[in-house]
Amino acid sequence: MEYDIAIIGAGISGAAIARELSKYSVKTILIEKNPSVSMGTTKANSGIIHGGYAAKNGTNKARFNVASLPLFEKVCNDLNVSYSKIGSFVVALEKDQIEKLYELKENGLKNGIKDFKIIEDPKKILKMEPNLNPNVCGVLYCPGAAIISPYELCINFVENAIINGLRFLPDSEVIEIKKEDKFKIIIRSGIEIKSNIVINAAGLYADKISSLVGLDYFKITPRKGEYVLFDKNVMKINHILFPVPTKISKGIVVSPTVSNNFFVGPNAKNIDDKEDISCTLDGLKEVIEGGKKLIPNLPLRDAITVFAGLRAVSNNNDFIIEQTEIDGFINVAGIQSPGLSSCLGIAVYVVDILKNIGINLRLKTDFIPTLDKPPHFAYLSPKDKDELIKKDENYGRVICRCETITEAEIRAAINSPLPARTLDDIKFRTRAGMGRCQGGFCTSRIISILCDELGKNPTEITKHGKGSELVIGTTKHLRRDTK
Amino acid sequence: MKTYITDIAIIGGGPAGLAAAISAYENGVNVLLIERDFELGGILPQCIHNGFGLGIFDEELTGPEFAQRYINKVMEYKIPIMLNTMVLEIRPNKNILAVNKNEGAILVKPKAIILAMGCRERTRGNIRIPGTRPAGIYTAGLAQRLVNIEGLMPGKKFVILGSGDIGMIMARRLTLEGAEVKAVIEILPYTSGLIRNKVQCLDDFGIPLLLQHTIIEIKGKDRVESVVVSKVDENWEPIKGSEKSFECDTLLLSVGLIPENELSKTAGVELDPKTRGPIINNYFQTNVEGIFACGNVLHVNDLVDNVASEGTLTGEIAAKFIKKIIKIDKNFVQLLCGRNIGYVLPQKVNKTAFKNSVRFYMRVKKPENNVYINFKVNDKLIYKKFERFARPSEMLIIDLPKQDILIDNNILIEVIPKEKKSEN
Repeated sequence: MEYDIAIIGAGISGAAIARELSKYSVKTILIEKNPSVSMGTTKANSGIIHGGYAAKNGTNKARFNVASLPLFEKVCNDLNVSYSKIGSFVVALEKDQIEKLYELKENGLKNGIKDFKIIEDPKKILKMEPNLNPNVCGVLYCPGAAIISPYELCINFVENAIINGLRFLPDSEVIEIKKEDKFKIIIRSGIEIKSNIVINAAGLYADKISSLVGLDYFKITPRKGEYVLFDKNVMKINHILFPVPTKISKGIVVSPTVSNNFFVGPNAKNIDDKEDISCTLDGLKEVIEGGKKLIPNLPLRDAITVFAGLRAVSNNNDFIIEQTEIDGFINVAGIQSPGLSSCLGIAVYVVDILKNIGINLRLKTDFIPTLDKPPHFAYLSPKDKDELIKKDENYGRVICRCETITEAEIRAAINSPLPARTLDDIKFRTRAGMGRCQGGFCTSRIISILCDELGKNPTEITKHGKGSELVIGTTKHLRRDTK
Repeated sequence: MKTYITDIAIIGGGPAGLAAAISAYENGVNVLLIERDFELGGILPQCIHNGFGLGIFDEELTGPEFAQRYINKVMEYKIPIMLNTMVLEIRPNKNILAVNKNEGAILVKPKAIILAMGCRERTRGNIRIPGTRPAGIYTAGLAQRLVNIEGLMPGKKFVILGSGDIGMIMARRLTLEGAEVKAVIEILPYTSGLIRNKVQCLDDFGIPLLLQHTIIEIKGKDRVESVVVSKVDENWEPIKGSEKSFECDTLLLSVGLIPENELSKTAGVELDPKTRGPIINNYFQTNVEGIFACGNVLHVNDLVDNVASEGTLTGEIAAKFIKKIIKIDKNFVQLLCGRNIGYVLPQKVNKTAFKNSVRFYMRVKKPENNVYINFKVNDKLIYKKFERFARPSEMLIIDLPKQDILIDNNILIEVIPKEKKSEN
């Protein structure tokens, strides 16, 4: 297989770059080791588009965060991605933290952010955020900060890019890269891909991919963050709430999600194992304690799930986005927070790098900027629901009862440009199984639909790929095997 | 949009809804029974074990058999049923918005509503078990559905967290299917399900029950590989050094049930934080006039017979309410939970009590033997009942004669050991 450009890694950075490149007449392939996109760092992202005041002026983090901010609204609109500009508070709970708010404001001004202010009237603050710790003495309010679904953005980037000609190759771990006249990328399965350009967006493994071409100049450390997610409608949180930041992280946040849930997290702990996304007893305690500082009456019994993700932290603590010593090998590495907030700017910049090294990038005339998605049944008016069911009766069968996800939406996900093949795929595409019962009701029904659409047996259906089979066989078979 | 008009709309076709539908019909009103699944019976079709029906039929039935007796009656009476129909919203004016494949969106306009949506299982997230998130973690009810309805085995080697009834019943069921159940882990010093299930499902099959233990970590990347179990102290905190690892491919959770009241909330129905079900008066009526509730949507019952009898009573009351045979006046006294009372239903009692006695349902917080359940008004004992065993897993039902509650003050219920004097 021969391509102009190969992108390694279908997280948010690789996906954003793939979508940006799909505007041009180049042959691009996106290579991913997991069965789906958005399965690594992006999956467990906080889903916050940061206001641009926090990243230190002069860093890549600040540059790309600020560059991306004006682009989100249009992209989300075009790609049908949930996005909501609800604004953020950095919350000072003690008088001596107010100073820190002014420092952040100062930094924000340097970054070119104007739309924010410090509020020091607790009454006014508590009116805006009634469940906030009543000891609040001041907040830095940034109305431009937004919430987004990180995996929806990632998935829709790739779907749109596929429509515009991208080749997506899942289940494909890169084990070797040879530089000949072109790059020769060898996949664990034996497939070989030739490409003029390699863009390394391999997240936690970006250092490993870079070392495959002999570039060992940086190291990625996984920094774990744990989260607790809460049910809808149990407590109203209006803004993204940050504590005053510490040296290594923005602190434990309380934030609504675009689906009306809210979460507490993440903590920050450097670890060794790049696959360790387990939650720990101590970590969850830390998260809850942290959350209670901002929201003292955290409704703990309405927690619906806990999860952890790993940030890909580079040893210089900033994004590494550059054409390397090896012609045509571009690193996009160390994309930790505010990585999601920076993805659009990063993608545009990577295209600039390609133009600068002389790649002929011609805008396509037939580029399709928008992505049609089946409507979210749950959010429609009764009249629209009625009309939709009359058009396709599968909208009339609700499979996920907690999130009101219909059979039609699940079938559409399986038949989308980026077909859902696993239970987790269905979950991240449609939200079925993401609600308060966590799949207790819908799992067996989704297995049936997957079997029906894919022509498989239930024993072949997995949670997230090979090895994560959901059932081991039929009842009678096991009894026979035991004997 | 298609609109239906009826006297009583019943939401949920499980044992509570079925019993309520039959009883309302027998009391002479039109009923519409709305069920989201493709068949009636609620959770009963997957409860293929026996032990149902002793209270009502004086027979031991399986879940499907118990449900069928009610379904047969519903069929005999030709009570209108809407299957595969999901209610999305109940408006405070009692209009119900539902959808199904054949009719699209439907508006149901009843004079009264009976909420009978049942309950759902608590999940891993509710109790925040640390560890990885591989395949092979199921609630006991989902595993029961996979095995008994779909004919699929979720795994070979099981650990079960929580000694709820479904968990213990599944321990036996899976053993009979050839799987190995390594242990049932319970954080409390006693089982949270019925004693009879511990004896028949665990003891008889040699399945170890570890009381005062919990799971502190789930291991395995793609599929569950093991769980780490630890002893806990009296505050449920894991005791360091007591950790044991159990190799298994599946973890079942039987850690409690939660009444499913998301729809009740859309109607403006007030919930009791103790039961997580609607606050009702002795007419099973919620704070919204004409909206009644019965069964597990109200509080989690341990016996289906109780669920059905609540349904029967509620159906009759709702029918008589519509026919204006009974009037529900607005003056209530409150029931207060005193010593060792976890919750009590109803939470409010109307002075013009229905029938000759009022039935109270309650659970104790901690197990105690040889106790009196005391009902007090202004520190004066108005009624007491001796109980040989009071266990959280076994609901207490006490019928109070009507004359005893014809009072104007709130009633305090407390559990007092026999030897002790009542605490003031």
